[in-house]
Amino acid sequence: MIEAYLERASTYAWEIDVLFSGIFWLIAVWFIAAEGILFYFCFRFRKQEGEKGQYITGDEKHHKKWISIPHYLVLFFDVFIIAGAIYVWYDIKQRLPEPELTVGVISQQWAWTFVHPGADGVLHTDDDIKKIDELHLIENVTYHYELESLDVLHSFSIPVFRLKQDAIPGRMITGWFKPILTGEWDIQCAEICGIGHGLMPGRVHIKSAYDHNQWLAQQTPTPSSAAYAAVSN
Amino acid sequence: MSHAHEMSFWEKYVFSTDHKVIGLQYMFTGIFMAIIGGFFVYVFRMQLAFPGISVPGYGEVTPLAYNSLVTNHGTIMIFWFAMPVLIAAFGNLLIPLMIGCDDMVFPRINRLSYQIFLLSAIVLIASFFVPNGGFGGAWTAYPPLSANAAYNATPLGAPMWLIAVALEFVAFLLGGINFITTLMNARAPGMTMYKIPIVCWMIVIASILFMLSVGPLIAGAVMLLFDQTLGTSFYNAAGGGDPLLWQHLFWFFGHPEVYVVLLPSLGIVADIMAVFSRKKLFGYKTILYSVFATGILSFVVWAHHQFIAGIDPRMANLFVITTLLISVPIAELCFVYIATLYGGSITFSTPMLWALSFLVEFLIGGVTGIFLGASGADVYFHDTYFVVAHFHYTFVPIAIIGFYAGITFWFPKIFGKMLSDRLGRIHFWGTIIPFNFIFIPLFILGTAGQHRRIWNYEHFRDLASPEFYNLRVIATVSLLIMISFQFVFVFNFIKTMRSKKKAPKNPWNSNTLEWTADSPPPHGNWPVLPTCYRGPYEYNHPDRESDFWPQNEPGPDPADPDYKSGPATDSGFQSTNPNL
Amino acid sequence: MSFQVPIATNRSSTGIPTSRLGVWWVLASEIVIFGGLIMCYLMFRLHHESWSFEAEHTNPWAGGFNTFVLLTSSLFVVLAHQAAEVKDTVKSVRYIWYTIFGGFVFMAVKAYEYTTEIMHGYTMFKSVFWSFYYTATGIHGFHVMAGMFIMWMISRDVKKGKNLHRVEVIGIYWHFVDVVWIFLFPLLYIAK
Repeated sequence: MIEAYLERASTYAWEIDVLFSGIFWLIAVWFIAAEGILFYFCFRFRKQEGEKGQYITGDEKHHKKWISIPHYLVLFFDVFIIAGAIYVWYDIKQRLPEPELTVGVISQQWAWTFVHPGADGVLHTDDDIKKIDELHLIENVTYHYELESLDVLHSFSIPVFRLKQDAIPGRMITGWFKPILTGEWDIQCAEICGIGHGLMPGRVHIKSAYDHNQWLAQQTPTPSSAAYAAVSN
Repeated sequence: MSHAHEMSFWEKYVFSTDHKVIGLQYMFTGIFMAIIGGFFVYVFRMQLAFPGISVPGYGEVTPLAYNSLVTNHGTIMIFWFAMPVLIAAFGNLLIPLMIGCDDMVFPRINRLSYQIFLLSAIVLIASFFVPNGGFGGAWTAYPPLSANAAYNATPLGAPMWLIAVALEFVAFLLGGINFITTLMNARAPGMTMYKIPIVCWMIVIASILFMLSVGPLIAGAVMLLFDQTLGTSFYNAAGGGDPLLWQHLFWFFGHPEVYVVLLPSLGIVADIMAVFSRKKLFGYKTILYSVFATGILSFVVWAHHQFIAGIDPRMANLFVITTLLISVPIAELCFVYIATLYGGSITFSTPMLWALSFLVEFLIGGVTGIFLGASGADVYFHDTYFVVAHFHYTFVPIAIIGFYAGITFWFPKIFGKMLSDRLGRIHFWGTIIPFNFIFIPLFILGTAGQHRRIWNYEHFRDLASPEFYNLRVIATVSLLIMISFQFVFVFNFIKTMRSKKKAPKNPWNSNTLEWTADSPPPHGNWPVLPTCYRGPYEYNHPDRESDFWPQNEPGPDPADPDYKSGPATDSGFQSTNPNL
Repeated sequence: MSFQVPIATNRSSTGIPTSRLGVWWVLASEIVIFGGLIMCYLMFRLHHESWSFEAEHTNPWAGGFNTFVLLTSSLFVVLAHQAAEVKDTVKSVRYIWYTIFGGFVFMAVKAYEYTTEIMHGYTMFKSVFWSFYYTATGIHGFHVMAGMFIMWMISRDVKKGKNLHRVEVIGIYWHFVDVVWIFLFPLLYIAK
């Protein structure tokens, strides 16, 4: 259902979408049953001439089972949901596959600085490319991101990847993604960070390796130490 | 017990220690604050649907103002509307009357708690008028944003907001001690534990939950206040502190807090459903045990608000398990409530419409929470409008539907007059239908990736399409409709209070003790305090001619193991309402 | 208008007097507040090695003496309660005042500690350890002073023979203030 609104541009996007849809259908069964029974009882047991209410305490076994059985069924369904959630969570957040490239993501009030490895393919070297609010990636490459904040909490969110991670000042948080589509989509800050929280939209640009290298050739490198220093001032 | 001398206006209405007066003080203050909170949402939803508009009655919405409107809408609705109305107002109005005593056990502390609460409201409102206005760091107030004026741009608003919240906490701690001690100790002779009406249990359990969860946050608030005003570094990484500490302290309270407000509403709904389906509540003890289980579990789910906050990812798995588990007792409560309808003889009065709609709407809120508790899915949904829609499908039933259910039901007892049922229905449908049209579009927008607390979506290319703007407009227009229908309630209230027709003592033919007092009850509640003979839900007992069996009517208790079945347990009590 | 105690206040469905029940719930809420603060301290302390070096500079002699003072004052409040039980108001008032005096000595020692520490540069802003130290002992000190004030109010009633049951209630509160200190003392003064 999410895919109706947003493409799946990362390797794990489909996992989140399927988890969502799976939970949706499991819950739909319960929801329709509960609401259906509720409305049916309202209709069936509306006040009618000659019919008195029944005296039911709910302590008798033959009545209690109507609660106990759904109770255990809910627990049973929950096990599947828990398993699915942990599986998806593990893939996105707990494991960290070997990166082919690494990008630096520096958040601040109110802009994103993305530090890209230059032609040497290594971050924290003199040919790094620093861009404000633009993240340029190569399709089908496994990336690590190194996320930092210079001031308050921010959150690095790329909806088309289904990715989100809060940025905490004083820490560097590493995560991963692997883009699988080319195109251009929004990056949002997902943690309120002051007046400009809604004024720091970013864009992620995913290109083929050839196109990305063309782009790279046109950029002016910022030596890595300068990139990080300039941003913090 | 009554005063022989005349009391001045000040003694009677302002400095009263009478629980009914204090209850009304809380209620009207809460309603006043809700109007402010509602005005704020009107303003920012207009901005969201029509970016750049000069909002009628307000003007243009700047990013600074937007953040402050959003922050204070949330803060006010939870702390200055839901809690005072559901716990302090209904608690004060109902508990002494339903347990058959003449007041709370500590009336002067009761008065003090309201005075501190009023002070907290004044401090909060004052914060809107200081330079740079009210605090805009969200009701969750995460540092470093909330700790440092250089970041949040509200040097006075931020500490004032924090002090207001802290004062509100103190007021509710004091109030809670009254409710808990009164319910434990001041019950009518014969009212044992399982003869207490569910709403009283719920308000007291909510007070206990509040008391046990707010402590660490009070400590945390002191630390945040010191960071804000003195320059300490409790939450400042550069100074040796930890921003995440606040999040844990906040949510350790924040999660039980949602049950603190849920429980009183559940109690109100239960009591109304029993009366208007003329049926004993299904599984009184099951309800209690489910509530205890929910309460205990609520202390171990908090980090589901922080899955992607930078906590150790392995910890997240633990919280997925506890969060999904808590859905079990809550589902159980829903089943038990629905089961109460089975075999009933249901009258769809206005209070009953509200009570039933609580179940219908809260079910939506409850099931959508499951998506968020599943950590894998939460990576996507965290901080989107999906979360906003989820919690409004829980909070609006709790605070608004629960409030209207309670006020329309107990109105005759509190105010001595009968509200118009016809106007009540118009108000009901005019509230419920638009409510759904506000938040269903927000579910869709959240699924499409729209994040929260953003002043203008025109800046995000993927979210600025006409289709998405249509959804935002639908939500805003529905809000305007919903707000307009609240005037029907106001009109009903004023018209009723001006009419001369008095309400009978027990218009709904209910069993509970408050309906045996005058409408409204005098100071001291009864000339002679009642005695309790049986539980509160003995409706349509097979041995009775009449379909109800008041708690204070002398006679046997059918739940007693020694009870002997048979006719002639009817005192010949005549119904006062031919429609029931 | 004089306030009249409602019938509700003197009922006791549980068998426990209302005032005692009330003060136990007050303590429950206070336990969670102090408990929360102490948990934060513990979490920080376990994660920051440097804190044990900072803690070297608290004064364990002053802290130890204060522990003795508070424990003794708790004994006095027990004696005050015993006297109140047998309606010996003169003795009860005397013991309440000894308790208040204990609180006063405690605060005087604290004042001395704070002064010397600040003069040596260990202010609230030196490190988060010191921020905690002043916050925790400060909030505790505030509770000591509040207790002293309430005891003074109660002693005035007891002198007139009124509300003798409140001596036990404030005694319970005072024991709690004592217990909080029993936790703070090893955490802030002994663990080095």
